[in-house]
Amino acid sequence: MTTTEHADAAVHDGASLRPSSGHSIFAGRQEGIPVVFDKSVKGRRAGKLPALDVPEIDLDEIIPQGERRHALPLPELSELDVVRHFTRLSKRNYSIESEFYPLGSCTMKYNPKIDENVAALPGFRNLHPLQPVATVQGALHVLHGIQSQLAEITGLPGVSTQPVAGAHGELTGILMVRAAHLKQGRMRRKVLIPDSAHGTNPATAAMAGYESITIGHDRVTGELDFEDFKSKLDDDCAAVMITLPNTLGLFERRIEEICRLAHEVGCFVYCDGANLNALVGQIRPGDLGVDLLHVNLHKTFAVPHGGGGPGGGAICVAASLEPFLPAPLVVQATDGSYAYDADRPDSIGRVHSYQGNFNAVLRSYAYILQLGKEGLGELGANAVLNANYMRALLADDFTFYVDRICMHEFVLDGRPFKEFGIRTLDIAKRLIDHGYHPPTIYFPLIAPEAIMIEPTETESKETMDAFASALIAVANEARSTPSVVQNAPHMTPVGRLDEVRAARQPDLRWQAPVS
Amino acid sequence: MSGFISTTPAERDAMLSRIGVSTIDQLFEDLPAEHYRPDLDLPPGLSELETWQLLRKLSETNLDLERHPNFLGAGAYRHFVPAAIGHLISRGEFLTSYTPYQPEVSQGTLQAVYEWQSIVCALTGMDISNASVYDAGTGTGEAARMACALTRRRRVLVLDTVNPRYREVLATYASGPDIDVETVPAFTARPDGTLGRVTDFSSKIDSSVACMIIQQPNFLGWMEQVEGLSDALSSVGAILVVIADPVSLGVIRPPGAYGAGIVVGEGKWTGGPVDFGGPLVGMFACRKDFVRQMPGRIVGSTIDGDGRKGYVLTLATREQHIRREKATSNICTAEALIALATTIYFCHLGPVGLREVAEQSIQKAHYLASRISQVPGYTVQSTAPWLYEFPIHCPKPAAQVNEALLAAGIIGGYDLGLEDPALAHSLLLCCTEVTPRSDIDRLVDVLGSL
Repeated sequence: MTTTEHADAAVHDGASLRPSSGHSIFAGRQEGIPVVFDKSVKGRRAGKLPALDVPEIDLDEIIPQGERRHALPLPELSELDVVRHFTRLSKRNYSIESEFYPLGSCTMKYNPKIDENVAALPGFRNLHPLQPVATVQGALHVLHGIQSQLAEITGLPGVSTQPVAGAHGELTGILMVRAAHLKQGRMRRKVLIPDSAHGTNPATAAMAGYESITIGHDRVTGELDFEDFKSKLDDDCAAVMITLPNTLGLFERRIEEICRLAHEVGCFVYCDGANLNALVGQIRPGDLGVDLLHVNLHKTFAVPHGGGGPGGGAICVAASLEPFLPAPLVVQATDGSYAYDADRPDSIGRVHSYQGNFNAVLRSYAYILQLGKEGLGELGANAVLNANYMRALLADDFTFYVDRICMHEFVLDGRPFKEFGIRTLDIAKRLIDHGYHPPTIYFPLIAPEAIMIEPTETESKETMDAFASALIAVANEARSTPSVVQNAPHMTPVGRLDEVRAARQPDLRWQAPVS
Repeated sequence: MSGFISTTPAERDAMLSRIGVSTIDQLFEDLPAEHYRPDLDLPPGLSELETWQLLRKLSETNLDLERHPNFLGAGAYRHFVPAAIGHLISRGEFLTSYTPYQPEVSQGTLQAVYEWQSIVCALTGMDISNASVYDAGTGTGEAARMACALTRRRRVLVLDTVNPRYREVLATYASGPDIDVETVPAFTARPDGTLGRVTDFSSKIDSSVACMIIQQPNFLGWMEQVEGLSDALSSVGAILVVIADPVSLGVIRPPGAYGAGIVVGEGKWTGGPVDFGGPLVGMFACRKDFVRQMPGRIVGSTIDGDGRKGYVLTLATREQHIRREKATSNICTAEALIALATTIYFCHLGPVGLREVAEQSIQKAHYLASRISQVPGYTVQSTAPWLYEFPIHCPKPAAQVNEALLAAGIIGGYDLGLEDPALAHSLLLCCTEVTPRSDIDRLVDVLGSL
């Protein structure tokens, strides 16, 4: 089919296609944008430095002859070339500022603009990480302040913001578990992980030198299989990693019992905080017996995702684990001044070159200050309200993997569409034609053909109404005109891309054309 | 109702009614009642105006490097960042987009990552690059793990001239899988205050070694002697890992030219302000045949059903969401936006601009060194070729020198005594293209007056 035919097929059949924002990514097939290297014109350049203001030495006297570089194959462009190229690239992106992201487990909420202004303050940006502490008291106040905020929100008093991503927080936490066991002369080998967990959990356990043991789940309740957990828990278990709420968007109702049993055999309870958005202001994991938890600041506390980072993976731990936190920690002296505490003999050591993603942490600090106590309570409450409302809107047209009141997200079952030859991937791609980024799909792995939806608390009722209508329209198309769905998306700059070819014939960088 | 929630009370009631409950509390009945809705000990929320005023004031209690002469590098370098970069990366389409899992609506980010990978390869002389790691420190840890996986060995050599912070992160990363990290001396501090260098590591290199990690130029600013190193390592099946500085790669030969198997670099300083050391972005590149053991995300070019070119995340069978405990790393979210800033920086500078930045930094630092060498009591501790950073030996402890400089409104250098008591009188100084001659002259005057 040609582009026009695709577009015709797309609108065919009464689908109320809604390139909502008039965004160019929904305007049909487009020519590719040349790789920036292909725009290079020899001799062209952007900007210049001031004339050198010191006496010049011949570089050959400084750099040994064999060490000099001769060819430097970077593109040569004017500033306008650069600005246009990257502006055009940006227009091939979907983003939270123009559209709704219903991505389960990713918590794509609105990122307030004031936090961008705060993060741009020169007094925060132009700070060297090794400047004398007396000259960075304001920055240390922020780091100490968010340590206190997160400790209060999670109920876990020991906090380090050195980890820069969720998986990094997990690694930090599990290395702390390892250090705590070693300190007591115990060399444990296993980490228990539910089959619904994020892939980072077993990957983290392996990086920390542990064997992952999988715990099943209860197909009816959607919660961890408690009997399976009990049968696998023994004194060779270093930790159990639980996601709360779990990746089906359900609260583990036996969490306190899980913690108690784990503690009885000296096993720590690690909570994957990817889904913390549901719990903020509603319950504190530390109060339930959780020993460690990482906070994805880019999910729960509104650091913009940046197309894949920077984020923040602050680690929060119970008092007994505080000695093992990464060093240094920011501490406050009795005179109110701040300092680094590097004298921490039991610390696992450093996990980042400096103090983590300071400029991202700063955004979260400002965000939590703005929310305050009441705002934090409304955060979790509205996240759960919105998810349940969306769930109710879809209940007549879809089946749920587990049919229960959910927390901040829920999982639809894509299997009923198989009889029409439609897979979850097709539904996801067809949603794009209706102007929406697809939900998270094929995760959790335990839910075949999963479609996982998380609206977040910042979305409005009418946004959810419109999204639900679009998803229902896709479901109707799947039943009535499956070919339109199978070949979607039709309205994007490119169609479905050949991922097998990408992996079998890797083209991972620009190469100069052979002349 | 806080500013970021749009639901009105009337809408909330309509939503609850549609759900079939009468209160929000009913949605939380799965939570243990005795812990539900804790009374958080946090202050009431601030308005936007209050937030701005509070944080602006707080920011002003910090000493802004742009307002003071400063000579502190030691791994974090201030370079001039063209205005276009901040504007471009602040576009909502880049700033607030998700990881590009749905390629049809993420071609912007995906192509930008492909361009980043291309630029990292161009700079380092390596075959392939990933989409970024957190920073050079964690990149060093990942490189060690990767080298161990490739060679099926557990012993890693790291020169003691590698940034001490990177070595600390390496030690943390190595502790889990029980990688044996051996620190190899590459310099000596002599009693007369001069420094010596060690260049023969042959006694350390044997068939138990997975890799040797070096930094070029090293933490002391010197260029390591790299000739023959990769041959010595590859003859026993070991890998040369090089931590490279992107700016210096404008003037010195790339690690790919002297046999590096894996290259790590800190990409933050060429694209943004120093930001108190974060967010950073790790460059991570390697030889083509190592690709299946590479950590992190990788973007590749492919075609759609009509043959139209496009970009996707690829080679995902290395990654945690597919391979779980068998993944090469747990890394997923990394530092895409910072990588984008750095990509734009190198496109803006081009080969001529980057060479100028490197050369001006070198010229200014060498001017500073020549001035200091004329000040009685101070010596420049350079026993090897060096670029834009160098240690000096001071007549009194470096800590005292820094204090005196700070009293004069100058951020001094890095007190090397913090790393090694034998270097208590050594101060590591750096200049870049942003250091004006007047600042250099002022520093020399103050040093002379101490």
